[in-house]
Amino acid sequence: MPAQTLQVLDEIITDFQDLPEADRLELLLEFSDNLPEPPERYAGHEDEMEQVTECQTPLFLALEYSEDEDPIVTLIISAPPEAPTTRGFAGVLVEGLSGQRASAILAVPDDIPNKLGLTNALTPLRLRGMSALLGRIKRNITTHLS
Amino acid sequence: MTTSVPVEPSDYAHPEKLVSTKWVAEYKDHPNVVLLESNEDTLLYSTGHIPGAVKIDWHTELNDPVTRDFIGPEAFAKMASSKGIGRDTTVVFYGDKSNWWAAYALWVFTLYGHEDVRLMNGGRDKWIAEGREITRDVPEIKTCDYPVVQRDDTTERANKAQVLESIGKLPLIDVRSNSEYTGETTHMAGYPQEGTLRGGHIPTAESVPWATAANEDGTFKSREELTKLYTEEANLGQSDQVIAYCRIGERSAHTWFVLRYLLGYESVRNYDGSWTEWGNSVGVPIVVGEEPGEAPN
Repeated sequence: MPAQTLQVLDEIITDFQDLPEADRLELLLEFSDNLPEPPERYAGHEDEMEQVTECQTPLFLALEYSEDEDPIVTLIISAPPEAPTTRGFAGVLVEGLSGQRASAILAVPDDIPNKLGLTNALTPLRLRGMSALLGRIKRNITTHLS
Repeated sequence: MTTSVPVEPSDYAHPEKLVSTKWVAEYKDHPNVVLLESNEDTLLYSTGHIPGAVKIDWHTELNDPVTRDFIGPEAFAKMASSKGIGRDTTVVFYGDKSNWWAAYALWVFTLYGHEDVRLMNGGRDKWIAEGREITRDVPEIKTCDYPVVQRDDTTERANKAQVLESIGKLPLIDVRSNSEYTGETTHMAGYPQEGTLRGGHIPTAESVPWATAANEDGTFKSREELTKLYTEEANLGQSDQVIAYCRIGERSAHTWFVLRYLLGYESVRNYDGSWTEWGNSVGVPIVVGEEPGEAPN
């Protein structure tokens, strides 16, 4: 249900936008703190995950798919505690997109990172890192479906 | 009223500019000391910092939002005041990434003539690796009156025109990685969006990657080792005028600190426009490959 999917993400975006600019970084920190640890089966196997080289810090990405024609996608992202901004972005995408249908994730606009209202607080490089992460997720899905 | 803050003795040329984590643990609560944490990742401070340390954000607090330049005198005074810094405060900087951004912030304070600035050797990582206390508590700040002073860009900072004039006359140090220096890549590893139109280096610049000045734990190498690296291997000799650059001026602020305060070169300028300006500029020469190259005719 594409509309449903966007709803989760839309709520996150609204949460960010409703805050004064100064407090948005605090919310991003909450997402960083709450980024789920990768499941046990990935521990020590980061090299088997996809490395997102566009990010300033090591970031690993894995996607798992259900058997459906339009599969449910589970996102697993691993990023170190020394990189809270990267972790925060990862947290937004995991909460906003994981558990949704592939088609719905593919329909998410590419400029989501710019909608969080962080363009003044963060360097353009950081925001591009998040766009790159979303791009990687979509590419992984497209490859899986083809 | 000023109470003097002890200098930590060392073999470096200016021991008054460097302190250890041990020193910080002892003096961080001294009434004339303000600790400033300056990181590449702006959220890092919020995940935990040295108790009492105040955050400074290089991107939003030191850069002018309109012009590619640093903030002006009024904005600087306001920023310093808001962090509890007075003109005679001892400001101790530390941060992530081996103190790149800490050195950068310290350098900007130096442009504003703030006299007592010091860097914590080894930075944030060393403090944490030693198991010292960190907290998420943000300290209450008693704002200070910081005077409005003019920035002096003449002695510690170089601009593009000055660098262009200096080719073939003054030693230039390129502190980027080897692959950036040779032109093989137009960005540093892991930072692919910060590319430029052309890769390479400024003609005659010697390559001394910033990290060669640091030990594995992020602390600086000994004065002897640094002398060998810069004075002998990079052919600086006793030259008292050097210009350092990198990609946007943060890694070269680290090298500026080494040359200026650990080795004691009298005139070292950081070219903060660095490769993101030079490599995109119309009408300036570059050299590709391992050799420094010749000054163009």
